[in-house]
Amino acid sequence: MSDTPVDADEVRHVAELARVDLDEDEVEEFTTQFADILEYFDALDEVPEVNREDELVNVMRPDEVRDGLTQEEALSNAAETEDGFFKGPRVS
Amino acid sequence: MSLNAFITKETLESDDDGPLAGKSIAVKDNISTEGLRTTCGSAMLEEYVPPYDATVVERLKDAGATIVGKANMDEFGMGTTTETSAFGATKNPVDETRVPGGSSGGSAAAVAAGEADLALGSDTGGSIRCPAAFCGVVGIKPTYGLVSRYGLIAYANSLEQIGPIAPTVEGAAALLDVIAGPDDRDGTTHDEGADSDYASAADGDVEGLTIGVPTELVEGADEGVEEAFWDALDELEAQGAEYHEVSMPSIEKAVAAYYVIAMSEASSNLARFDGVRYGKSGGYEGNWNDAFARAREEGFGSEVKRRILLGTYALSAGYHDKYYAKAQDARAWVKQDFDSAFEDVDVLASPTMPVPPFELGESLDDPLQMYLADANTVPVNLANLPAISVPAGETEGLPVGLQLIGPKFGEETIVRAASAVEN
Repeated sequence: MSDTPVDADEVRHVAELARVDLDEDEVEEFTTQFADILEYFDALDEVPEVNREDELVNVMRPDEVRDGLTQEEALSNAAETEDGFFKGPRVS
Repeated sequence: MSLNAFITKETLESDDDGPLAGKSIAVKDNISTEGLRTTCGSAMLEEYVPPYDATVVERLKDAGATIVGKANMDEFGMGTTTETSAFGATKNPVDETRVPGGSSGGSAAAVAAGEADLALGSDTGGSIRCPAAFCGVVGIKPTYGLVSRYGLIAYANSLEQIGPIAPTVEGAAALLDVIAGPDDRDGTTHDEGADSDYASAADGDVEGLTIGVPTELVEGADEGVEEAFWDALDELEAQGAEYHEVSMPSIEKAVAAYYVIAMSEASSNLARFDGVRYGKSGGYEGNWNDAFARAREEGFGSEVKRRILLGTYALSAGYHDKYYAKAQDARAWVKQDFDSAFEDVDVLASPTMPVPPFELGESLDDPLQMYLADANTVPVNLANLPAISVPAGETEGLPVGLQLIGPKFGEETIVRAASAVEN
């Protein structure tokens, strides 16, 4: 058993954080599956402290204006637009 | 019967004369093609038409290639069988009751069936090498930074690379030559590969090559797979290579580390799909969070929801240090183990997949079992290394893939070694 057991309420809470609605069947299915998967992830507890030697370098470029998408292109995949803007859900 | 290798079948001819003139290419459907629908295998993007080309697509066109369609894939690359596609499973052309592997299953199946001469896939944890192995073709996962990811719809940025699938090692290497090299629109690309000639490394010369075999990646493999694997190594030995076993203890933690990192990155990357700028909106009204949550419930399939939720969990307050931070430690440990191994050997070898291709439908109910099937491929992505899968015999009539892993930017070495397997 995982030392971080997951119950249905926790699955619902995470789904809310992730902005994904679930139906009750999915909550039930995920609760069972997450217990198995998180128990498997507990193996990471045994990973030793590792000296992470990152060989990272910043990649810089001049901040120059160049052509991007046109407004029409940028809007071309939106479900709803108005006056050249994206249109979100109606709040009330 | 159709294999369902393509989500969208449409031909884009190129007038350019180049190394790929006259070649037909299938492009995985998470790689942006201007004016040609790009779905990521998801209902969320069923009607999404990119307004621009990915850098790799520009390079294909400049090289004279003819794009013949957008290849089927697991939804957003999340799967090992191509069965999580919202557009139905792809069949394995070698045995149509089996999966082609995934997530680039459509790409590999198209090449294996001759529906395309070549294909592009993407590999986040094995998604090029697995389907190449299952369909009996060649696939290369390049060193991280060798190929531009500009226009690749992101799943897990720190792990993924676009790479070639082809019937032969030389063909795959030649396609890699076309797409490799720096791109100022992807800051993680590298000067390495700018004037590459990987194709000419496919000369089959393995005289004096030393091969390490990580015992952790052979133990537990299916018996028939293991037999084909050792036969291939004996064949390489007969051609002048030598091999010995090595131990890489960190690899035991690679699957857990990989999934924590990939899911965490996915939970962030897929937050952009709210149905407003692109994607399925559902037309809901009211509180935006509720409207987006309903649109995302409809647009995403189970495996995608599973990974978004687990990634959100792994990054959430109280669990970040336990999961995400430890996974990063494991990733650094895996890199160190590879570095040590490459002090003594030129390449590392393992079966690409520990098992032969699954039967269609066999593994959909148990996600953890599916994740464990990626044990041999994910360590390579964690360590940013190049690897190739090359056909190495059969077990009970089904293809077996040999994986050869090279040091950073060691593409020539793995191409050379793999070409000897074809001899």
